[in-house]
Amino acid sequence: MMENNSGNKVPILEIKDLKKSFKDNSVLNGFNLNLYKGENLVVMGKSGSGKSVMIKCLVGLMQADSGTIRIKEQDIEILGREELDLLRTHIGFLFQGSALYDSMTVRENLEFPLRRHKKELHLKQDTEVLVREALKNVGLEDTLDLMPSELSGGMQRRIALARALILKPEIILYDEPTTGLDPITSKEIIQLMRNIQATYNTSSLIITHDMDCARVISNRMILLVDGVNYAEGTYSELSRSKDPKVQAFFKN
Amino acid sequence: MVEGNTIWSRTRLFFEEAGGMVYFTSRFFREVFKPPFEFKELLRQCYYMGNKSLLLVAVTGFILGLVFTLQSRPTLMEFGAESWMPSMVSISIVREIGPVIIALICAGRIGSGIGAELGSMRVTEQIDAMEVSGTNPFKYLVVTRIVATTLMLPLLIIVGDAIALFGSAIIENLKGEVSFLLYFNQVFDALRFADVIPATVKSFFFGFAIGLVGCYKGYYCTNGTVGVGEASNAAVVYTSMLLFVIDFIAVFVTDIFFG
Repeated sequence: MMENNSGNKVPILEIKDLKKSFKDNSVLNGFNLNLYKGENLVVMGKSGSGKSVMIKCLVGLMQADSGTIRIKEQDIEILGREELDLLRTHIGFLFQGSALYDSMTVRENLEFPLRRHKKELHLKQDTEVLVREALKNVGLEDTLDLMPSELSGGMQRRIALARALILKPEIILYDEPTTGLDPITSKEIIQLMRNIQATYNTSSLIITHDMDCARVISNRMILLVDGVNYAEGTYSELSRSKDPKVQAFFKN
Repeated sequence: MVEGNTIWSRTRLFFEEAGGMVYFTSRFFREVFKPPFEFKELLRQCYYMGNKSLLLVAVTGFILGLVFTLQSRPTLMEFGAESWMPSMVSISIVREIGPVIIALICAGRIGSGIGAELGSMRVTEQIDAMEVSGTNPFKYLVVTRIVATTLMLPLLIIVGDAIALFGSAIIENLKGEVSFLLYFNQVFDALRFADVIPATVKSFFFGFAIGLVGCYKGYYCTNGTVGVGEASNAAVVYTSMLLFVIDFIAVFVTDIFFG
């Protein structure tokens, strides 16, 4: 665990009082979150509750109206473009739709983050070795020269996960990692996420409304309702809650 | 009232769009000279835009030369001025018709392609994925494409002009029994630097406009797949209008300096 001088745990990722609205539609109304080293934190909420907006604010893809976002003790709001790019190399992001570059082969997709940041991150291995290692982690070594359009949805998700892992990030953000996949493939992806966490001791923030995924993978959960943290706790704590709004998540 | 609102909202939209375009252009100039440079992607785009548009430009140029000569011949013959044909065709094609027609063809071929490609990358979050992987997508996608169109369009126009003149020479050879050598001697006698240089300079601006508008519409595409179609369509429409505006300014400026 990261600790400060007084011995308290320091979160690797911290969100304080995050607010974001689109015209008259207020999506986040003071959301708070702390993610600690090696933790799997699941954020659940209904569709349109602002989960994806929150995760996009987190990596600087969207500008929050107010609030603080600190990653590895750096306030992302005050970082310049190059500093933010460098910080982003410590974060892997798995997009809901995989977001593989469809004009590139699997190999080129995986090489893409490496071409700019390999030296800065002191990754001494050869690019080819890193690419093959990342593919091996997701069990798709044979897809190296295939185009994304030649892969199934589940395989695309795995390749996207390999690409998110290639710079060996400390934090991985998963935006709906199992959405659109059949139950068997979903289970495989969840297992893969657990393996990755066990192998690399990454900290994961998982946005999902897949309760199976949350049950298997979470150390802690936050329920996002009306743009604020409605409830927080472990899966078993929340599942025993008598609050009707919390129960609604578990019944579904 | 409704009409007033529509006029107001359209005017506002126009100025928003114009402001967005100015900001986008200024960002291009800020990024283009700043390392790291994406040479590999630039070369790939140059190859893609230049090589893959060559056949279309060649066919267009050839037919342009054929048709222009066939249409002009009877009129010139009426005045007994058919010997002026090579001069007239070459000056018309090199100064005006060649650059404008080929730029319009490229706006359809290249501009719409850029709009659709970047638009679909935007809606499928591929641009966001580049951003979070610590790569500047503006530099990788936009700067390379605008530089590639700016460099490739003059070359395509030169090739298109040459093929158009060749098409014209074929008609002259068949109908007027003018040899290729005589035809091209007359062409080079008629053309001056004042014809070639302004046309070449304006073709750089045409290329810049095609890349800029295509990238702008694609990069800020919204509304899913419908938005991709709209971005592609708007890229062609806006570029075509912009090409005529640039052409007018270029002719005006040329007239001042060389008129």
